[in-house]
Amino acid sequence: MTHLASSSEITPEVVARHGLSPAEYERILQILGRAPNLVELGIFSVMWSEHCSYKSSRVHLRKFPTKGPRVLQGPGENAGVLDIGDGFAVVFKMESHNHPSFIEPYQGAATGVGGILRDVFTMGARPIASLDSLRFGRLDDPRQRHLVDGVVRGIGGYGNSFGCPTVGGETAFHPCYDGNILVNAFNLGLLRADRIFRAVAAGVGNPVIYVGSRTGRDGIHGATMASEEFSETSEEKRPTVQVGDPFTEKLLLEACLEVMKGDLIVGIQDMGAAGLTSSSLEMASRGGVGIEIDLSRVPLREEGMTPYEIMLSESQERMLIVARAGRERDVEAIFRKWDLQVEVVGRVTDDGLLRLLHAGKVVGEIPVKPLAEEAPVYERPMTRPAWQDEIQALDPDGIPVPEDLGRTLVDLIGSPGLASKAWVYRQYDSVVRSNTLEGPGGDAAVIRIKDTRKAIALSVDCNHRYCYLDPRLGAALAVAEAARNVSCAGALPLAITDCLNFGNPERPEIMWQFAECVEGIAEACRALDTPVVSGNVSFYNETKGRGIFPTPIVAMVGLIEDATAFAAPFFRSEGDLVALLGEAPGELGASEYLAALHGIERGRPAPLDWAREKAVQAACRAGIAARLFRSAHDCADGGFAVALAECCVGGPEAIIGAEVELPRGSRADALLFGEAPSRIIVSFDPSDRERAERIAREAGAPFEVIGRVGGDRLRIGDWIDLPIGEIRGAWREGLSRALREGG
Amino acid sequence: MSPRSREDVQVGVVVFPGSCDDHDAYHALAHVLGVRARFVWHKEESLEGLDAVMLPGGFSYGDYLRCGAMAKFSPVMKAVRRFAEAGGYVLGTCNGFQILCESGLLPGALIRNRSLRFLCEPRQALRVERSDTPWTSRTEKGRVLRIPIKHGEGCYYADPATLEALQAKGQILLRYSTPDGRVSEDANPNGSLLHIAGIMNPRGNVFGLMPHPEHAVEPGLGGEDGRRILDALIDTLLAAPARPTPGRAPQAASPSAPR
Repeated sequence: MTHLASSSEITPEVVARHGLSPAEYERILQILGRAPNLVELGIFSVMWSEHCSYKSSRVHLRKFPTKGPRVLQGPGENAGVLDIGDGFAVVFKMESHNHPSFIEPYQGAATGVGGILRDVFTMGARPIASLDSLRFGRLDDPRQRHLVDGVVRGIGGYGNSFGCPTVGGETAFHPCYDGNILVNAFNLGLLRADRIFRAVAAGVGNPVIYVGSRTGRDGIHGATMASEEFSETSEEKRPTVQVGDPFTEKLLLEACLEVMKGDLIVGIQDMGAAGLTSSSLEMASRGGVGIEIDLSRVPLREEGMTPYEIMLSESQERMLIVARAGRERDVEAIFRKWDLQVEVVGRVTDDGLLRLLHAGKVVGEIPVKPLAEEAPVYERPMTRPAWQDEIQALDPDGIPVPEDLGRTLVDLIGSPGLASKAWVYRQYDSVVRSNTLEGPGGDAAVIRIKDTRKAIALSVDCNHRYCYLDPRLGAALAVAEAARNVSCAGALPLAITDCLNFGNPERPEIMWQFAECVEGIAEACRALDTPVVSGNVSFYNETKGRGIFPTPIVAMVGLIEDATAFAAPFFRSEGDLVALLGEAPGELGASEYLAALHGIERGRPAPLDWAREKAVQAACRAGIAARLFRSAHDCADGGFAVALAECCVGGPEAIIGAEVELPRGSRADALLFGEAPSRIIVSFDPSDRERAERIAREAGAPFEVIGRVGGDRLRIGDWIDLPIGEIRGAWREGLSRALREGG
Repeated sequence: MSPRSREDVQVGVVVFPGSCDDHDAYHALAHVLGVRARFVWHKEESLEGLDAVMLPGGFSYGDYLRCGAMAKFSPVMKAVRRFAEAGGYVLGTCNGFQILCESGLLPGALIRNRSLRFLCEPRQALRVERSDTPWTSRTEKGRVLRIPIKHGEGCYYADPATLEALQAKGQILLRYSTPDGRVSEDANPNGSLLHIAGIMNPRGNVFGLMPHPEHAVEPGLGGEDGRRILDALIDTLLAAPARPTPGRAPQAASPSAPR
């Protein structure tokens, strides 16, 4: 063991290069009772990185409600698990892959999808639905167009080949993402509620088995990269981006599900960020045991890899399994059948140490418990930005009402942020696995659960401008919108996962934004009774001191009891009545209209009234369950007029016009394009009018019939009167035009 | 002996490493159409007992090298070839179509989409070119079917002589079209020559198409137009004189012993 003490290689510069502060290094010395060697330092470095340790966010994340009658697994595992009845459960989580995607968009996005898929099938579930949430900068910059192209290809390239449908998502653009794009990937899997696998090591003497791809030199220190700001030299970090192989992942999925059918394994953990290091340490830590690994037995892609490189590699498509002693051969046979690497690399021990061997020598020895439990936790200083008040102030009187409001609608609906995202989602297989009742392009995706009468509805949302102007309210609105979207499909919102994307947490303003957003999500989740069951934090989305807007992405999972009763946003029949659930206020603040047409990003988002929000959603769900509402669409970015236009032109087939009147009151642009929560446009057969009114009344939701579906024009009062084809054209072509792509 | 009822019909669904729509095909056949389906592992060398074989969509062997290029060397493809030579019915959708072309069971090749992008269109319009075949007997010539497509390499390509032969022998069964049945460049999603979406061999027992009929068998999930093709196949199998017996194929073509 003499070499373990030889620490002359660990200089202050080496410590700093590993992203560890002097105080953190002191703590390492205390835990080990000696100086670490380079392997051990590397292990502490990744485990205590922001990405793996959540050291800046942990104290805040405790505020989330995480429990509920359906929650079988909350935060802390690979993914959250919800009971959906009939013996089934859904497993889901969302994760960011922002930094790698900016450096190498195809592989960055692809491995983001690969990572979240593994998180889900590690728990024993077959992935059945993916979503993506993307943020890019200005599309007039060719670099951004290159990033959009690469990210979308990467998501499609991995998900399509793996065989899990990408059924929905969102894509938005803002200059604040010019230097830091966001790529957040969500996946949901299905399993039997009594067959959940967890990432735990147990049973002294049980074998530790490595399966999947060989280990290469790719992705070393990826987790550390994700815990730093970008600078001009970030391009040089391309080698820290991993390379994905969806084919191997598909084999790994099938082999893992097969191995989980028998009583062969105790625990399983994917090798994601920090690879073999985090998978072995997390399993040992959860099980309260030690693990010994002989690194000489790890299947390698290239010769001469050092223990340091083997432990820190982020090569994809690998898993670590703790099997039952004596069942090694059965496990091996299954992975060999699928042409995958499988190797017993170690065993579970009772000494509480992670012990690493290489070429017959001990090359690292770390006590598991202190490494996990004494990881640094920071209560970073927070300050409300001095400019927050200023950006919240808005004087509408200085803003002219456009003369041609029809033109305004066409311009808005044709802007890249509001235009159809078909260019993106047509590159994704949305139908494989034969469950997609509603695919991309609506408010929520609807996925049936075979062998039951049920379906799951999914939506992912966040308005980054709201969160910039008022982080707490903005984050709450993200949860409310996600819930409203699944309600528009007819689903009861059950629970969320989140992906919290922020700038540098060492800046007090950023930390304040983070804390406020966490409060907002917590408040919303309590109000809507939708616990947070999993999530991810991505800090350091900042380049040269300029951070992104706070962007807490929220993905909601909802349940439809009767899969034959669900709704889409699009008008269906001539003559149907159009009604607004909720009221039509005239708030201009924080709107897409102000930003896109007047270049003003000021004011505050309209406030949330939880009682109103819940009533509107309940009425919507009741009307869909009663098979009254033939369409339901949330009013979001672009306000009422954009939402109504989408009802007309957004469907996959026939387009259909409408004529509506809005009650006058405030200025026309605020009525048409102002954004306020708790509003849903529904349509129904005229003979159902009384029943619809009764449903809204019983739920306590405002309800007003405002017009009728039909014709080939969209008319709103005497403000807008346009051929529906013109709106359709602007909406369909907006994004591909901005990307300078044909069609 | 030919099957007497649907429950007697046995269709094999080949599982290559990387197949994705194998589960969809199985679901459509066994749970919706009511025939017996069996997964056939790519290392199997016998197809005995099957009335038809389906090569499903997906990314066999990761589509590395070239779509279908590796799959054609798998043990099961030797058996599929013998099965087809013995008159057995073979259906290849998407990656399965690519494999049939790579294997030479159908002419031509599928190359990258004209857009150079993967394209998913859940309601692609397809015009039926013939109704007097084992695969299209449940529809009429000129009828438009709506069936999902989803592929990156679906552009059908062949030399002029092959294209001419395909037309002369009536081997083109489906063409990409507008929803009202017009064939045009605008309606062609991937650049396929002659707007070809699906072709059969001259004998009529091998059919390959880029669209996924197995994804259009239930209302609410892509519609039911895919049933017309799969039901036509089942009709054909029920009417067939006898189950193909590729196990008794000539010695030279049959290196593996029958079970």
